[in-house]
Amino acid sequence: MNRSAIDLWVGIFVVIGLAAIAFLSLKVGNLTSVSSAPGYHLDAAFDNIGGLKLRAPVKAAGVVVGRVEKITLDPQSYQALVSMRVDQGYQFSKDTIASILTSGLLGEVYVGLDSGGDTQMLADNGRIAKTQSAMVLEKLIGQFMFDKAASGTTAPMANDAPKAPPKPSAQTGTAIVGGAK
Amino acid sequence: MRADALTWALRRVGERTLSWIERVGFAARFSLAVLAHSPAALRRIQLTMREIYFAGVLSLVIIMVSGLFVGMVLALQGYEVLTRYGANESLGVLVALSLVRELGPVVAGLLFASRAGSAITAEIGLMKTTEQLSAMEMMAVDPLARVVAPRFFGGIISMPLLTALFSTLGVFGAYLVGVKLIGIDAGAFWGNMQSAVDFRRDIANGIIKSVVFGIAVSLIAVFEGYNARPTAEGVSTATTRTVVASSLSILALDFVLTVFMFRGIGV
Repeated sequence: MNRSAIDLWVGIFVVIGLAAIAFLSLKVGNLTSVSSAPGYHLDAAFDNIGGLKLRAPVKAAGVVVGRVEKITLDPQSYQALVSMRVDQGYQFSKDTIASILTSGLLGEVYVGLDSGGDTQMLADNGRIAKTQSAMVLEKLIGQFMFDKAASGTTAPMANDAPKAPPKPSAQTGTAIVGGAK
Repeated sequence: MRADALTWALRRVGERTLSWIERVGFAARFSLAVLAHSPAALRRIQLTMREIYFAGVLSLVIIMVSGLFVGMVLALQGYEVLTRYGANESLGVLVALSLVRELGPVVAGLLFASRAGSAITAEIGLMKTTEQLSAMEMMAVDPLARVVAPRFFGGIISMPLLTALFSTLGVFGAYLVGVKLIGIDAGAFWGNMQSAVDFRRDIANGIIKSVVFGIAVSLIAVFEGYNARPTAEGVSTATTRTVVASSLSILALDFVLTVFMFRGIGV
């Protein structure tokens, strides 16, 4: 085996090896769409984040617009503070509602953003004021059983019992709009 | 009589321990010597190129064919299990994560140890047996720089590339079986895979693993060859030891690296 043939084969080997790394990075790992695009941060406080995890997608109308970057517990209010990184290309109004949703019954947990009608947009490090917590299935079932028991045994109590199912109402009071101006 | 037996047993233990320590010390000094000679070896890049050819290019066929079949089998078995939970769209995730994180580096490393590591040991061992290494020293050519270091670096450079090829062919094999044969939606296959596989956490860690395995296998191979007893039997023992020691160290190192890489990170 002479020298130029060895060089040629090693060259082919290195090129297809690097091509395989590139394939893994781009096609399998989808390197292009992760963190390469410039983005800005949004924060939101939730009463309960359910099964939300780091790097969970942030979706608006089903389109992935960002990722969850940090989840911490606020020691004062005992709320979960979720920090999200949203692609620069997408702007959301100040009255956007952030909710924790699940795709399907057993699917991944993500943050859904529903933009409102405000003309002012959330800036970098803006705080989403209106949030809706995750639906915790156990609590829902407990609620349902409680209502059922209450309405089944004592008829007159039934009118007092109806507690609203896990509050879908936005809790505007606690979260304060900060840095959104 | 009994005291004699006891002394004998103790002496055996002491002898074993000392020879083990001596061997570890020798291996450490040998590694340092190889590193010290590496600039000289890398300056004559042609020698390393030759070793990349023997260790890397000639391992291509076994690595690529194994990767393809491992991927296809993973897809078949994974589909069988995932269908029970109605999650067969996640087949791409299963195959890609298991290949990139674990199977790629480990199986490619094991194949590389048996295909290339054993050849390196046998070659160096035979050079020692036929006194070629001594002849080089007589001619003031350092065998560490001329023979050992190029093989060491050839192995280190080949290993990550072979691993990447193994994983790529595995994913391709899973695509063939999952999408073309079973009929999973191609969009779901690639889309779920791309959203689940992270570059830094999965692919970069896989490459780091393969580099570490490459260093381990190459070092063991050249050490066993250089340290072989200069007889036909010695060379065969050294070759066996290379395969056994490098396979075990790949599996042990894999565990250690996995503990450090994937501990306490979500999903």
